[in-house]
Amino acid sequence: MNATPTGPVTDIAAGTGTVAGTGTLAHVAETAVPEHHRGGERPHPARAGLGLLLRIVLCLVFGLPLLFMVVSSFKPDLQIFDDLGSWKAFLPTGDISADNYTGVFDRVPFAQFMMNSVIITVVTVVLGILVNSMAAFALARIGFKGGGIVLGIILATLIVPFETLALPLLWWANQLPFLGPDGFSQGWLDTYQVQIIPFIANAFSIFLFYQYFDSIPKELDEAAKVDGAGWFRIYRSIVMPLSGPAIATVAILTFLPMWNQYLWPLMSVQTEELRPVMVGIDYFKQLNTSWGQIMAYATMITAPVLILFIAFQRSFINSMASSGVKG
Amino acid sequence: MKLTPTTKRVAVGLLAAALPLSMAACTKGASSSSGGAGGELTMWTHNAGNKAELAAITTIVNDYNKSQSKYKVKIQAFPQDSYNQSVVAAAASKKLPCILDIDGPNVPNWAWAGYLAPLDGLDATLSKYLPTVLGKWDNKTYSYGYYDVALVMVTRKTILDKYGIRVPTTDSPWTKDEFDAALKKIKASGDFQNPLDIATSFTGEWWPYAYSPMLQSFGGDLINRDGYKTAEGSLNGPKAVEWATWFRSLVTDGLVPLKSGADPAKDFINGKTAILYNGTWTAVDTRKAFGKDTLFLPPPDLGTGPKIGGGSWQWGISQNCSDQAGALDYMKFAAQDKYVASVARDTNNIPATDAAAAQVKGYEKGGENEIFLDYAKKFALLRPVTPGYPFIATEFTKTAQDILNGADPKQALDQAVKNIDANQKSNGYFQ
Repeated sequence: MNATPTGPVTDIAAGTGTVAGTGTLAHVAETAVPEHHRGGERPHPARAGLGLLLRIVLCLVFGLPLLFMVVSSFKPDLQIFDDLGSWKAFLPTGDISADNYTGVFDRVPFAQFMMNSVIITVVTVVLGILVNSMAAFALARIGFKGGGIVLGIILATLIVPFETLALPLLWWANQLPFLGPDGFSQGWLDTYQVQIIPFIANAFSIFLFYQYFDSIPKELDEAAKVDGAGWFRIYRSIVMPLSGPAIATVAILTFLPMWNQYLWPLMSVQTEELRPVMVGIDYFKQLNTSWGQIMAYATMITAPVLILFIAFQRSFINSMASSGVKG
Repeated sequence: MKLTPTTKRVAVGLLAAALPLSMAACTKGASSSSGGAGGELTMWTHNAGNKAELAAITTIVNDYNKSQSKYKVKIQAFPQDSYNQSVVAAAASKKLPCILDIDGPNVPNWAWAGYLAPLDGLDATLSKYLPTVLGKWDNKTYSYGYYDVALVMVTRKTILDKYGIRVPTTDSPWTKDEFDAALKKIKASGDFQNPLDIATSFTGEWWPYAYSPMLQSFGGDLINRDGYKTAEGSLNGPKAVEWATWFRSLVTDGLVPLKSGADPAKDFINGKTAILYNGTWTAVDTRKAFGKDTLFLPPPDLGTGPKIGGGSWQWGISQNCSDQAGALDYMKFAAQDKYVASVARDTNNIPATDAAAAQVKGYEKGGENEIFLDYAKKFALLRPVTPGYPFIATEFTKTAQDILNGADPKQALDQAVKNIDANQKSNGYFQ
């Protein structure tokens, strides 16, 4: 390995340079030192090359299916299959048109499905952050007798797969009363609330918030109490503003499964006006399947998630890293 | 860690969006799907995304709604791929609609489970229907369909001529030896990626629908139909083992791909396959590609004559419909020949009655599709009429897949028989 020191830059990183002892050393080191110089060593060219190659391979593994999806969405069905087995499958060659996209709009009420998914996902994410953070706050900060047992029980529910609960949940959803603008009604099936409320409370989200809240110094609570703050004020003004990474992580981890909901809406929703986007993909699976339209539909429902991810890529990576969750 | 301005903006935006959305979420929905109240009869169909069939059914419903004022039928369309799950979930929560369509082989199970009510008073009308489009169990009729489909060997005359292969007919189908020899000849030419494609990439009901007729043509069956108490001897007897050995040899001899492409019909049209084993629903696309060169041949006679599966989508009424008389009234109205003809025409399927066939272009005497009707009449065999069929179908699918992948035929079939017999017994033979 090449361990040759690199002058003043190394000195700053090592704390022996001109800004040593200023208290902002770490920050200066973070920003002033090029990444490959950190630690005072250049990576071996072979190692760097291998790393680059690995990254390229990973990019291809994850990127090519997306590229195939987008490219195929502009091709007629027969050409999609004809191009399989060659690189043409990933290239916009041949008879390219937007026919599959017009076919999608002709076949499914796309805007309606999209709006439903947005409503269901956004409401669940926002309410999920509120409810789960409050539960975790009570467990991590307030401290009450039996709190550990409650947390244990919540965590134990993580091992129960949703498929096991689906039918009993359906039965319950059909029995429950609901107070809406038209007064009381019985049975939640075929509504938005049946697609939202069962997924607001989430054991994993509570656990993530709990972990994060637990790491925030308790002295802050004491100081706030001295200033006359109650528990809700501490939650709202101290703990939550310090929990950006945990909030972002929970938002992502709630958003993705909610956007991808399939089994539950299939069981609990009967009218087309309330179906989310994922159920819509079944509209294309007929005896003579329209593969081009499936690709166009998949592109259209993947695009919002991709755009969201690209726009907030840095925040997502930071939040995942700081909350210790592997995506 | 402090919230960044961006995070704050996102959080505020989400909250702002969530409030009106929550209000919308609480106010929208709550429509009832169980039918029968106030003269409204809810109808479920598997045709969401299938514009042609949905339009044909909508026409019937509109005609019915205009023909009288007592009842109003309201359609709710579901996608086919997940339709059965939706129905079973609705049955579990007692939310079935009044009128619903059902895949034919599931009728005995749904009737036994109490989902369906018998169609009383329709015997005279339904006596004109093909036997395979009627859903029966325990001597009662629970459903009727507007059409049937048939399994065919799709190929091109130029291909058969090129290799000197005889064109089989309804009265003189290929024998097993002829069929095997034809496939080997095509294979030897090296002209095609697959001499035969039997669509092994399809899932679900396709496997029992497509491959159990081959077993039956050998002389075996999924279960002993005399009482439906055991599969012993039918599914694991010498004829069944012979079928399984032959079925596996199609793959080991390189005549059939172990796993077909995602869409075998498109591979056939693209020239990758010489002969395609598939349903009549491929006729429109293949004719479009090859015109009069396209041939739709009967399946080969593997010992006891060609066999194809019978029974497609059918209509019935649910037992929890609060207005059975209304639902039955609709069913009688919708059983007219003109509707059989219009649905079959719009879906390119085999009309369920002769009178309807005469009205559908291609199915008239001498029409290009008359052979499909012939195949349905001469070769169709209903899948076992027992509520245990869904289990049998799953078991057969698993076993056939194991056999294609190299499992010992006798052992695999013995295990399937053991499982099927145990299921029939544990359900009291569905008495």
